[in-house]
Amino acid sequence: MSTQAPGRKFRADFWFYVKVFILVALGIFIIYPFYNIIIKSFFADGVSGITLANFAKFFQRKYYYSALLNSLQVCGYTVLFSTLIGIPISYLMTRYNVAGKHLMHILIIMSLMSPPFIGAYSWIIMLGRNGIITHMFTALGLSVPTIYGMGGIIFVFTLNLFPYIYLYTSAAMNSIDSSLEEAAENLGMSKLRRIWTVTLPVILPSILAGCIMVFMTCLADFGTPMLIGQGYTVLPVLIYNEYMSESATNPYMASALSVIIVLCSLLVLILQKQLVEKKNYMMSSMRPPVETKLHGWKRFWASFPIYVVVFLAFLPQIVVVCQSFVERNFGGSFIGINFSNYTAIASRLSSNIINTYLFSGVAIVFIVIIGILASYVIVRKKGKVSGIIDTLIMFPYVIPGSVLGIGLIIAFNRKPVILVGTAWIMIISYIIRKIPYTVRSGSAFLYQMDPYVEEASINLGVSPMKTFFTVTARMMLPGIMSGAVLSWITCINELSSSIMLYSGKTSTIAVAIYQEVTRMSDGTAAALSTILIGTTILSLILVFRLSKGKVKII
Amino acid sequence: MSNEVIIKNAVKRYGDFQAINSISLNIKEGEFFTLLGPSGCGKTTLLRMIAGFNSIEGGDFYFGDRRINDVPAYKRDIGMVFQNYAIFPHLSVEDNVAYGLKARKMPADEIKKKVADALELVQISHLAKRMPNELSGGQQQRVALARAFVIEPSVLLMDEPLSNLDAKLRVQMRTVIKKLQHRLGITTIYVTHDQQEALAISDRIAVMKEGCIMQIGTPNEIYAKPKNPFVAGFIGVSNFLDCEISGPQDNADVSIKGEMDMHMRLQKEYHGKAQISARPEQLFFATEGMPGTILFQTFLGDFIQYEVHLEDGQDLIINEYTKDSPAVHETGEKTHISFDLNKVSVYAAGSGEVLSV
Repeated sequence: MSTQAPGRKFRADFWFYVKVFILVALGIFIIYPFYNIIIKSFFADGVSGITLANFAKFFQRKYYYSALLNSLQVCGYTVLFSTLIGIPISYLMTRYNVAGKHLMHILIIMSLMSPPFIGAYSWIIMLGRNGIITHMFTALGLSVPTIYGMGGIIFVFTLNLFPYIYLYTSAAMNSIDSSLEEAAENLGMSKLRRIWTVTLPVILPSILAGCIMVFMTCLADFGTPMLIGQGYTVLPVLIYNEYMSESATNPYMASALSVIIVLCSLLVLILQKQLVEKKNYMMSSMRPPVETKLHGWKRFWASFPIYVVVFLAFLPQIVVVCQSFVERNFGGSFIGINFSNYTAIASRLSSNIINTYLFSGVAIVFIVIIGILASYVIVRKKGKVSGIIDTLIMFPYVIPGSVLGIGLIIAFNRKPVILVGTAWIMIISYIIRKIPYTVRSGSAFLYQMDPYVEEASINLGVSPMKTFFTVTARMMLPGIMSGAVLSWITCINELSSSIMLYSGKTSTIAVAIYQEVTRMSDGTAAALSTILIGTTILSLILVFRLSKGKVKII
Repeated sequence: MSNEVIIKNAVKRYGDFQAINSISLNIKEGEFFTLLGPSGCGKTTLLRMIAGFNSIEGGDFYFGDRRINDVPAYKRDIGMVFQNYAIFPHLSVEDNVAYGLKARKMPADEIKKKVADALELVQISHLAKRMPNELSGGQQQRVALARAFVIEPSVLLMDEPLSNLDAKLRVQMRTVIKKLQHRLGITTIYVTHDQQEALAISDRIAVMKEGCIMQIGTPNEIYAKPKNPFVAGFIGVSNFLDCEISGPQDNADVSIKGEMDMHMRLQKEYHGKAQISARPEQLFFATEGMPGTILFQTFLGDFIQYEVHLEDGQDLIINEYTKDSPAVHETGEKTHISFDLNKVSVYAAGSGEVLSV
């Protein structure tokens, strides 16, 4: 069907219009803003014409280039520690009868889906200058390591992101045919050497894919380093400061920094393609690996490390929820346990709450509709155009939200279309940034769907367009919905682009949390965070139900 | 309304690769017609061109008088049974079967009756309310069949419908399909790579190779008189023997490896190298002929299959019916092999053109 016979009359069918629509939308909301950023990066205040002044400045001044080095350092260490935690956990989880395995799996996924800036904020509550644990230790005459600075950022990131490594690695471990390890055993390899010489090399591509996800997320994240960096500046924070700081805004420099950070992401992605995809082993697991049944103490020691890590990863959320019911006076001393924080946000920040759900809700409607159509075009209408659509739609995956925010502001703050300050610019940024989750999940689902089912419907006399809506879309729904829930969760938790794009009337919960924390208003921030955490958990339970426990986060 | 299907000079290209090489077919109304060939021969490609799922790069396709080249797939009025059945997983058995009727906007009570009749015909009435994932492979196959013929299409297409079933069920289902097709009289085009299945089920067979048709004929014609060495080798088992032909057309001299010398009438005069194709049951043990040693014997119930090693190095397969054979030949026994030249096929070396009458 996809091959057009030469010389045949071209007929514009439904899918032609879909492709045109998606391409035009991508052109306006992705290519045009990025084009603007790139152009702006070659201009500077007080310099006429095109210049490389911004880039020169970047590599000359320590203030700028150290942010890049800091970013790379934070990302590198986070990847290292996430791997050191994630791989052993996935090995234990896939090979042994860890107690409460299913629940642990769900909790690990939940800690991944909770926004890192809430984690950062919660660790400040615990280990910050006025932290609960800090106070306890000082009372005992002990000192605790500081949560601020590089170490703290890496600590929070690692606890938040090791689940990526865990998810990728355990997916690969589950797909190893057990005869592979048996063959190694049979050839006389000891257990540890078996893991080292067979298991690890075979799952290495998946581990690398997980590392890439961790690296990219670290590189793009704004909230955590902003809250606990305290002078340790990374690139996304620098971009924000250059663009938004009250003293001296420099959109040209911010654009140049955006270009640099996007180049870093692209470089890593290209590296991944070179490294991983060439080494990907196709495995058809005839006999999935069996779980070893441990008993007594052995089982305890296999489960214990997992419980420790999951507890640490989940602790911030528990602390925040508890904190939200604690009333304190301005000095920070304890007054009582009540709902005062909630009444405070209900009176003062209700519009933020409404905005969050309204914007995310509207965005999700668009994401689902466009996501279904785009997944279908990408998988079933292969060709040059669908290749371009695939690449462009996935592009926001690798760009930090603050960069997208700057792009949208530059693009739409002048006539003919002024969107800056409106709700629409928030919604558009959510759609662009979060649609990759839905498209990835939808197209993965579609790849496994039998194409002959569509042909059977067409063959029985139902037109291709009607077949798409009555059969294909209907069958794609589980895949689309589980992707859409992820899009939804990340929408409500979105901080980095919102903080660039919000105006007084369009502020959201995430933005308010950030502001409340910087204003030292811990109680209201905790109450707002609790709302986000609650919504996230409820949504995840929904996605587990929808996908019957087979949720695909990665 | 059943239709004849006429295909004239069909061409299918994928880039530079010519998948279908100017094929012409004339399929009669109500006929059970099979496209048979090894994988990659283009049989499924041709079937999907008829269905409208592959574009047509050249030639004309007709259902009766109607040229269908430019008719979109959903308006061609074709029933199709897919290799993996392609049952709608979200619809029950009866909704699957009713799907095409609903597309035709048939009144509900009529749909109900037709669905019931169709399920009755394929003997799965008791499964009407089941969902597809509750059915076995054979049952899904019956649903796919019912869904395809219930719309009373002008043509019924089947793409290797039995290849996913186990051996016993395959034989059983091919009888079901054959009887059903006879009863409904719908022109049917059937694709398979299994020559035994094709011989058992078809009115006529087109044997295909590399996008071309090698022979069209009834199962008997194709088995008994293969037109070229490819068909002889693909349909059933054949032993090929090199020979030299000389002399006049009506009494040509056929010399096999200098060991046998026989005479036969040819279709036309021919001199030079040729190839004899003999079925295992056309060869027999004799006191003279090609000398050889029995390598191996397999007892297969109604016949015994022998592998014989000729002195020039070639191995032959010979079948001897148990009821005709006085005794089992032992491994290592020296013997001679012979055959009746008038029953085997003879082809010109190189061109593969058939010389025997």
